[in-house]
Amino acid sequence: MAMDTRGRPLSPHLQVYRPQLTSVLSILHRGTGVVLSLGTLGLVCWLLAAASGPQALASVQAFYGSWLGQLVLLGWSYALFYHLCNGIRHLFWDAGRALDIDEVYRSGWLMLGASVALTLCVWLIALI
Amino acid sequence: MSLRSPLGTARGLGSAKSGTHHWWMQRLSAIALVPLSLWFVASLAGHVAAADHAAVVAWIGTPWVSIILVLFLASLFYHSQLGVQVVIEDYVHGEASKLVSLVLMKFAHLLLATAGIFAVLKIAFSQ
Repeated sequence: MAMDTRGRPLSPHLQVYRPQLTSVLSILHRGTGVVLSLGTLGLVCWLLAAASGPQALASVQAFYGSWLGQLVLLGWSYALFYHLCNGIRHLFWDAGRALDIDEVYRSGWLMLGASVALTLCVWLIALI
Repeated sequence: MSLRSPLGTARGLGSAKSGTHHWWMQRLSAIALVPLSLWFVASLAGHVAAADHAAVVAWIGTPWVSIILVLFLASLFYHSQLGVQVVIEDYVHGEASKLVSLVLMKFAHLLLATAGIFAVLKIAFSQ
């Protein structure tokens, strides 16, 4: 990050280091976390609308039912499952397990598959 | 037996201050959130999201649902502010900006958490 407030130069890093599965999945874990945090606003809106009455809830549900709302929900739900599955991967690392590079790559692909599968599952359940 | 000196304890435990606590609470809230968020999303997708007001409110107001929802919201907002704290610490430079950002962020989380829990309890007590 070239945001050094003291004005000293920084060596190039993001500009030169080739993205790897490890680094990409890691920053996405942070990214999905931030997206989820922002999304809590939407969750609280829905809860407050439900607590306010039928008209309030209907307006909020109308938004979430619109194409934009569905898109937002799709993004938020994928962010949730990505962050959840990768979070579990992190918990394994915290326990000292699966830290070898081949295991990290394998669990990474597994996690991506699981997050997509879970998102699809939930949306199928919702649409039936 | 702690190797920390009394002065170190008074000053706030070294460079990472309460880092270990932060690390552990992040993991603890994460563990709680695995079943809680799966339950929440499954419930929403299964029957709540498309339901009318009466059904939504009946679900939220069901005692065990209200209780678990409150726990879900508390864990969620706690975990979230721990995570965003680290993001701010990493990317916001300058002590003043960093402090202001952190305080505002934590207050915002507290506000949203209170609002969410209030909504759940309001519904629960009106059922």
